[in-house]
Amino acid sequence: MPGETVLDVEELCTHYLTSDGEVMALDDATFKLHRGESIGIAGESGCGKSTLAFSLLNQVQPPGEIMSGSIDLDGIEVTDLSEKQARREIRWKKISMVFQGAMEIMTPVYTVGHQMVEPLKYHKDIKGKEARRICERYLELVNLDSGIFDRYPHELSGGQKQRVIIATSLLLEPDIVIFDEPTTALDVVVEARIMNDLKRLRRELDISMIFITHDLSILAEVSDNLAIMYAGWIVEFGSAFDIYKDPKHPYTEKLIAAIPDIRKDIDRLEFIPGVPPNLVNPPSGCRFHPRCHKAMEVCKELEPEVYNVDGVKVKCHLFSEDEDIAEDEEASYETAYDDETAAEAYEGELGTEEVEDGIEEEPMEE
Amino acid sequence: MPEPLLKARNLTKHFEITQGFLQKLKGQEKQIVKAVDDIDFDIYWKRNFSVVGESGCGKTTVGKLIMRLLDSTDGSIYMKGKDITELSGKEELKAYRRQTQIIYQDPFSALDPRHRIRQVLEEPLLIHDVGDTREERTDMVHEALEEVRLTPPEKFLRRYPHMLSGGQKQRVSLARAIILDPDFIVADEPVSMLDVSVRAEVLNLMKDLIDEEDITYFYITHDISTTRFFTDYIGVMYLGDLVEKGRVGDVLDKPLHPYTQALLVAVPEPDPDRGRGVKDVPITGEIPSGTNIPDACRFHPRCPHAKKICSKKVPEEREIEDEHYAKCHFAGEIEFDMDVAK
Repeated sequence: MPGETVLDVEELCTHYLTSDGEVMALDDATFKLHRGESIGIAGESGCGKSTLAFSLLNQVQPPGEIMSGSIDLDGIEVTDLSEKQARREIRWKKISMVFQGAMEIMTPVYTVGHQMVEPLKYHKDIKGKEARRICERYLELVNLDSGIFDRYPHELSGGQKQRVIIATSLLLEPDIVIFDEPTTALDVVVEARIMNDLKRLRRELDISMIFITHDLSILAEVSDNLAIMYAGWIVEFGSAFDIYKDPKHPYTEKLIAAIPDIRKDIDRLEFIPGVPPNLVNPPSGCRFHPRCHKAMEVCKELEPEVYNVDGVKVKCHLFSEDEDIAEDEEASYETAYDDETAAEAYEGELGTEEVEDGIEEEPMEE
Repeated sequence: MPEPLLKARNLTKHFEITQGFLQKLKGQEKQIVKAVDDIDFDIYWKRNFSVVGESGCGKTTVGKLIMRLLDSTDGSIYMKGKDITELSGKEELKAYRRQTQIIYQDPFSALDPRHRIRQVLEEPLLIHDVGDTREERTDMVHEALEEVRLTPPEKFLRRYPHMLSGGQKQRVSLARAIILDPDFIVADEPVSMLDVSVRAEVLNLMKDLIDEEDITYFYITHDISTTRFFTDYIGVMYLGDLVEKGRVGDVLDKPLHPYTQALLVAVPEPDPDRGRGVKDVPITGEIPSGTNIPDACRFHPRCPHAKKICSKKVPEEREIEDEHYAKCHFAGEIEFDMDVAK
């Protein structure tokens, strides 16, 4: 049974107000996280998964801004906090984050310990021997030798550095830890062992975890629930087991099919043609329709609602109970997809016009 | 068995670490990194060969040796029967590199940001003096773009690399590699920086080109899960040595060396019926430094099956099954079931 709700996100929208227009990086994100539970957030680059993480910490950098919605973190409304309040009250204490490429986060001129005690010093005023004792305890918890406290970052391997960062994120006993691509830079063997440790820590410390990655195969092992994101939307949310076994949304289906199976000889890998859309001017209707192999006429016009299908929330017209739409399903069309449309989509994305004809490019020197 | 396209024999590359003034003064012994240490392998025509291993195992060094971007310390590489480690002089190397091309890991930095795609692709033609007129070259550039499915080519010619997505950039790198019609391509982690969905697209394309363009790939990767789809043979590298090699299906289904077994257990399991629990990753510690390679079997300090002999005697390479080699004293005797281990 899930414990109490530690995080309740409702209709959260975060946009970036750039000179090209408003980038709708995150729209209408709604989900709950319970104590001791883990959520995996997956999607391609630029789908808004990191924006979601930064929003949860109330740390969206300008020109980004949380436009609407609420984040209830154990009774605290995160979106109402000022930068100073957020720093004092929630970050590290309630929710902490292990960033992508965390290994490069440490400064080479101080020892690991010097950097590790900082959260203790500033948040709890714990210094000296006491701080050292706590740090060493956490280092051991992540399977490191406590002697690492006195070493310099360059003396550690990538895996060890990653473990130090994980230990630091746990120091103030937060309820939630967010891992943004925690193992992408690591080798498979090290990755598997760190993932093992995270599974164990979650049980031992009873903390909730949020994993953000583009690699669904990692999430299958560590998350209870999965949120699949596409172009700023959570398109499917539900139990990881159900989603892997029976993906509902066509996007999820393709993402799972793209994972190569090491046990079988396969001739071709599945992939999703095209590139994710430009979020200044996302496609009309369903944002996935230009790349969707099951797209229908209605998908071009109408934004799908979120339907509850066997306990999984899916944002797709395929599951509509509206008869007009259901009928339309039969008239579904083959999505005419080729690189030309992708190229056009991408051009729009960057707001770049085709290079003007008439301007002759400089010939190469021979 | 046909004659291999590429044959590496006793291939070795050692790097000397530069000493500081004081170290020289003290007469300290020079440290040597054994990046590639006496390895043999054969690559057959249109039968891709992949090399897997952790960072620092020397797999990229092998790729660079094949390209002659590095000179080997010892051993030879025969390409179509000719020893390429003995090529000397600009002309010979230039001719060799026309047949052998490389694709790098990072498509974002492999392309010059100030060159349009046309210039990127035309450059190899100019260097190798292919195509007499600008029109002729333009046709070749068009053709290359079409081969990597960047169509219509006119749309891409005038773009700069930053106007392309990661997958498209990697396809431009691929077009640049095939434009000179090579026989052999070294692909160094070509898809590891791409999203999973795009990865599949680029690998499919590279596979199509095997037959369309008669290309053989040397595929360097740390991601063992893509090797089965893309290659026919696989070599597993550990600390500069090929500890196991064979047909990819044989090696992945019946790994003989404990290191290969550990790599396979560590692959993330997408099926929630299997890998939900804590995995039993059999090896501990991290890959040691190349300056300090353990004696005898170089894997023994991390090996779960290590016995006395492993720290005493260097294991010979043995052919356990047809075309399936391993360097381990106990190869063939260790029970392994991937599903149990997970």
